[in-house]
Amino acid sequence: MSTLWDFLSMSDANVRYVTIGSVLLAASSAVVGCFTVLRKRALVGDAVAHAVLPGVCLAFMLTGEKNPLILLLGSFLTGWLSLVVIDVITAKSRIKEDTAIGLVLSVFFGIGILLLTSIQHSGNENQSGLDKFLFGSAAALVGQDLITFGAVAVLLLLSVLLLYKEFKLLSFDLAYARTIGLPVRGLELLLTTLTVLAVVVGIQSVGVVLMSAMLITPAAAARFWTDRLGIMIVLAAVMSAFCGVAGAFVSFTAPAMPTGPWIVMLLSLLAIFSFILAPKKGLLARYLLQRRLRRQMTRENILKTLFHLGEEKGAYEGSYSRAQILERRQQPLLRMKNALHTLRRQGLVKESPSGWALTPTGKKEAQRIVRLHRLWELYLTQYLQVASDHVHEDAESIEHVLTPELEKRLEELLDFPTADPHHSSIPQQP
Amino acid sequence: MNLDAFWIILTGALVAICCSLLGCFLILRRMAMVGDAISHAVLPGIVLAFLFSGSREVWTMLLGAALLGVACTFLIEFFHKKANVPADASIGVTFTWLFALGIILISVYAGQVDLDQDCVLYGEIAYVPLDIWITPSGLNLGPRTVWIIGGVLVVLLLFIGLFYKQLYLTSFDPAFAAAIGISTTLWYYLLMGAVSLTTVAAFESVGAILVVALMVGPPATAYLLTDDLKKMLLISAGLGTLASAGGFYLALWLNGSVAGAISVVIGLQFLLVFVFSPSHGLVSRRRKPALSAQG
Repeated sequence: MSTLWDFLSMSDANVRYVTIGSVLLAASSAVVGCFTVLRKRALVGDAVAHAVLPGVCLAFMLTGEKNPLILLLGSFLTGWLSLVVIDVITAKSRIKEDTAIGLVLSVFFGIGILLLTSIQHSGNENQSGLDKFLFGSAAALVGQDLITFGAVAVLLLLSVLLLYKEFKLLSFDLAYARTIGLPVRGLELLLTTLTVLAVVVGIQSVGVVLMSAMLITPAAAARFWTDRLGIMIVLAAVMSAFCGVAGAFVSFTAPAMPTGPWIVMLLSLLAIFSFILAPKKGLLARYLLQRRLRRQMTRENILKTLFHLGEEKGAYEGSYSRAQILERRQQPLLRMKNALHTLRRQGLVKESPSGWALTPTGKKEAQRIVRLHRLWELYLTQYLQVASDHVHEDAESIEHVLTPELEKRLEELLDFPTADPHHSSIPQQP
Repeated sequence: MNLDAFWIILTGALVAICCSLLGCFLILRRMAMVGDAISHAVLPGIVLAFLFSGSREVWTMLLGAALLGVACTFLIEFFHKKANVPADASIGVTFTWLFALGIILISVYAGQVDLDQDCVLYGEIAYVPLDIWITPSGLNLGPRTVWIIGGVLVVLLLFIGLFYKQLYLTSFDPAFAAAIGISTTLWYYLLMGAVSLTTVAAFESVGAILVVALMVGPPATAYLLTDDLKKMLLISAGLGTLASAGGFYLALWLNGSVAGAISVVIGLQFLLVFVFSPSHGLVSRRRKPALSAQG
C-alpha cells in the first residue's frame, strides 16, 4: 500500500516524468487513433511507426548530433513519405493495400536498420541512444521530452476539438462531406499528419512495434461501449491514460519491467475484456440475445404444434405426449423439454398424465402465431406472386418477428382474409 | 568468396525461398499483414519454449512458436468473426498484445532467457557461420541454421508440391473449393501453420522484419510480372535469392546489418518492376492507352 502511496504522491521527479509522459502520450494517440480505426486504416499506424527509423538515422547522419527537434523532423518526414508511397503503390498498380503496407513497412524499416547499424559500427561516439527509437524507453523520459509530449498532445487535442465536426463527417460519410463542399483532401492530409505526429512522438517511449497498439487498441475497445463518436473518443483517452498510469506504476514497483509493453499489455486486456463483456455489442451479450431468441422460437413452435394438433380434431383442450409433438415437429429433445417447462411456468401449457395441453391463454398465444404465419403466406402469394407451395418456409421464420403494427397493416392490405393459400382458416383476433 | 560469406548467403537464400513461396499465397489472399502479425506474435512462443526446455533446443522452439503463430491467427479470426472487431483492428490488437507479452516475459526472465530485443527485430545473420553443427564423431556439418532452414524448405516444398491444387483453389475461389469438398478452414490453418514454422526457423537468423520483407516483397514484385501462379512462385523465389546475395554485399560495403540490406534490395527490386514491368508497370500502363488509340 505504501508503494502505491509513494507512487501517487509523485515525490520522485523521475516517477513524475514517466507518469505524466505516459499519460500524455497514451491519451493523445488514443484520440487520433479513434479516427484511424473508424476509417479502417488501423494498420497504417504500424507502417508509419516502422518508417520513422530511417528518418531518425538520416537526420543524425546529416547533422552528426542528436538534436531532438531535428530527429523529430527527420522521422516526421519519412513517416509521412511512407504513407504517400503506400497510396501511390495502391493507386498506380494492382498491388492491394495490405501488401503495400507490409512492403513499405518492412523496406523502410530495413533501410533504417541498415543505416542504424552502419552508424553504430562507424564508431561515432555520439550515436548511443539512437536505438531508443527502436524499443522506446519510457523510463528514460526527462523534463525536455515532457515539454515536447505536452506540446504535441495539446496540438493534437486542439486540432481534433476545432475540427471535430469535419473529422466526424470524414470518418462516417465521405460522400456527404464531399457534397457539402468540405475540403476532403486537405482534411485527410491533416488527419494523416496528426497520426504521423502522434506516432513520431510516441515511438520514443514505447518503440516501433508497440506504437500501433497505442493508436488502435484503446479505440477498438472504446468502440464496443458506445455508438457516439464524442463518447468513444473520451472513453479511449481515459482508458489509455489509466493504462499509462498503471504501466508507469508497474515499472515503478519492479524497475526491471519495461513501461511500454506493460501499458500495451494492460490496454490489450482491457480491449479483450470489452470485446467479450461489453453490453449490447460484446460477444457474450450477443450470444445471450441469440440464445433468448432461439428459445423463444422453440416455445412458439411448440405452441403452434399443439394448436395444429387440436385443429385437426376441432378441439383444443386435448393432451399430447412428447412423442406426438415430436412426430409432428422434429426438434432436439432436450431443447423441447426445457421449452415445455418454461411454457408451463408461464401458464401457457399444463401437464397431465397423458401429456401436455394448451391452457386458454396458451391457445390465444398459439392462435396469434398461426395467424401471423398464415397472413404472411397469403401476402406472399397475393402480392409477390410466390407459388403457394413455396411460402411455408419463409413464413416459418417471419412469424416470430412480426409486430402487432405490421400485423394490422397486413390485415388491412389483404382485406381481412379468413383463409390462407392452403385453405386453412386464419384464426381471428380474440 | 570465402566460406563464411557462402554460408551467410546460402542461409539468406534458403530463408528467402521459404518466405517468398508462402508469401505468394498470402498476398493473393490479401493476408500480407497477417504474415506480419504472425512474425511478431511468435515471440512469446519462443520465450516460453525456452523457459520450459531450458535450452535453445530447436524443436521445442519451433513447436512453441508454431503454436503461438496459429493461436495468433485463431485469435484474429475469432475477434473479427465472433466479436465483430474490424479486420485490420483485430490484427493490430492481437499481434501487439502478443509481442508485448513476449517482451515482458523476456524482461521477467532476463537471467534465464538468452534472447535480446535487437535480435528479435532484425536478427544477426552474420553470426550464422559461428554456430557449427559438429556430430559426436567430430564431423563438421556446417552451420546449424542452414540445416534447420533447409529442413523447413523441404517440408514446404513437399507441402506446396503435394497440395498445390488445394492451396490454389482455396486462395482463388474459396466457394468453388468448398463446393468440391475442400475445407477452406483446414487449408487456411495449415497455411498459417506453415507461415509460423517458417517465421520461427528464420527468426533467429534474420529477425521478424526481414521475414515480413521477404514474405511480402518478392511475391509483390512477381505479382507485377506475371499472372500465372506457378511462374509467380518461381520468380519470387528467384528474386528472394538474388536479394539475399545482393544484400550481403551491400551490407559489407556499408558495414551494416545484412537483414536490413536485404530488405533494401527487395525494395529496389520492387521499385524497378513497379516502374518498368512490361505488363503492369507504370511506364507500360501509361503507354497502353496511347497504343490502343493509334490502333
